[in-house]
Amino acid sequence: MTTIASPRTDFETSPVKRRTARLGRVRAFDIVRYAVVVFVAAAILVPIAYAVLGGFMTNGQLIGNPVSLPSPWVFSNYTDVLFGGNAGLFWGELLNSLIIAAVAVTLTVTLASLAAFVFARMVFRGREAMFMLFTLGLLFPSAVAILPLYILITQIGLQGNLLGVALPQAAFGLPLTIIILRPFFKSIPVELEDAAKIDGCGAFGFFWRVLLPLARPALATVSVLSIVGTWNAFMLPLIILNGQDQATLPLGVMNFSTQYSSDAARILAFTVVAMIPAILFYAVAERQIVSGLTAGGVKG
Amino acid sequence: MSATSARPRVGRKPPTRWMTIILFLLPGLALYLLFVLFPVIQAAHYSLFSWDGLRPLTDFVGLDNYTRALNSDVFTGAVSHNVFLIVLSLAIQIPFSLFLAVLLNRRFRGRAVFRLIFFLPYVLSEAITGVIFLLILQPGALLDSSLTGAGLGGLIPVDGWLGDMNLVLIVMFVIISWKYFGFHMILLLAGLQGIPREIEEAALIDGAGRWQAFRHITLPLLGPTLRVSIFLSIIGALQLFDMVWVMTGGGPVNASDTMATTMFKAGLKGQEMGYGSALAVILFMFALVLALAYQRLVLRRDVEGAVTAFNG
Repeated sequence: MTTIASPRTDFETSPVKRRTARLGRVRAFDIVRYAVVVFVAAAILVPIAYAVLGGFMTNGQLIGNPVSLPSPWVFSNYTDVLFGGNAGLFWGELLNSLIIAAVAVTLTVTLASLAAFVFARMVFRGREAMFMLFTLGLLFPSAVAILPLYILITQIGLQGNLLGVALPQAAFGLPLTIIILRPFFKSIPVELEDAAKIDGCGAFGFFWRVLLPLARPALATVSVLSIVGTWNAFMLPLIILNGQDQATLPLGVMNFSTQYSSDAARILAFTVVAMIPAILFYAVAERQIVSGLTAGGVKG
Repeated sequence: MSATSARPRVGRKPPTRWMTIILFLLPGLALYLLFVLFPVIQAAHYSLFSWDGLRPLTDFVGLDNYTRALNSDVFTGAVSHNVFLIVLSLAIQIPFSLFLAVLLNRRFRGRAVFRLIFFLPYVLSEAITGVIFLLILQPGALLDSSLTGAGLGGLIPVDGWLGDMNLVLIVMFVIISWKYFGFHMILLLAGLQGIPREIEEAALIDGAGRWQAFRHITLPLLGPTLRVSIFLSIIGALQLFDMVWVMTGGGPVNASDTMATTMFKAGLKGQEMGYGSALAVILFMFALVLALAYQRLVLRRDVEGAVTAFNG
């Protein structure tokens, strides 16, 4: 370790010559880098652009000549989803998704923060065993629990109820959230805790007034991850929710694509509109995801 | 939330401390036990019965459901599909993500925009992704007419991209990678940025080539992040359901069935909760064994890599 972690002696002999000699090669690297990166970006964007533009096309053009701009531009597919015959369907599904996400994310982040606080800052017998119990949840696919969950949700009367999706969803979010929050909570200096104690803060006071505000970037990260996870959940809504009134957006998109299977343009329009909330959210929260992941610690 | 009453009193630490621990931990633990761990244990329980999910649970059949599963061509086929997807993920998706993370680890014009684009598919649901690609892959739609336009019409499979039994899994893998490589890239990029530049620079100054520095310094130091990425990738491929359900429903003729889709069909479409639960338990075993085996393996390699890096 020490041989590598002591680069300072080498620093003085750092050869400037070699660096300039390498410049030509660096330019070549840059060109390759751009080529690769642009190609991959195109591979990501083309399907999305196709969906957006396809929603403006006629079905004839979608099958015959999809590699072009819509001609003529057809607006009825989008207006149908947003304001027309299928507007009730779309807005209802949006509302269902919002309700489930709000409940699940609030629950996950609140309960996980409380638990992560205990795991990070308290010493007690069985702590690691208890923590392991939670990490176990990350170990196995949630699909394993899905059939018994169906039975359980039916037994407690939440079948066909948005809560029947939100509660298990919140529970499934706990392990990852706790695992991410724990090191953040741990990294806050003990001195702060001591100072808070001297100032008369109890455990909850310290947690609420000191820890949570300091861990805001981490909380943003876990909230964002939790929102994405809940928003995109498919299997649980599929088994718990009944009929079109209760469907969430992912479920609704699938239902819509089976219902209008011969009307590709209309499906594309519905799908595009259904993905707008996620993309808007991404536009707002992207920095928080990435900076939260890359910061890797709370700034003291 | 009466935890506020847990004021610190000098000399009375232990009782309030345990109170705090219990009050803080209990809500999360209760939710977790009820909706995550309990159902998994129930799955093991149900798996020993022949049960439709409605009648009383009385028809105990021992391990019959398991032997039936292992003798079922549909299920063993599904297992092989999951394994195939895992292998492809590890062999192609993760190295590709790492490659892009390395490319994005240097400052260059537009880097933030590219990062934004690469990560974008991660926020779209598998259902939405699946429906979009379903329409792109339809006969005569975007992919077909692009290929025809480029003079590559001969590549178009006769039965369609999702109708060809030998092709459907590979198509599925490409779409999965489309959606998830950006996620792994972001993870690995975060890992790369956590490695002090000086370490690699020191190696370069000491005369190591770029590849050597990457292989022997950056890669071992990236070990923990890589481990997380690999693990999530395996779990993802193991529990693949949404995309398959939306795009093919497991078809054609079970060619794209995964463990999760066979389990779902058995339990909820076929009213065979007992058998479906047995499949769920087998899925759990796979996750468990893979996680343990992989942790051992990768941990050891990390240490070895670190040692060789430090010796060389």
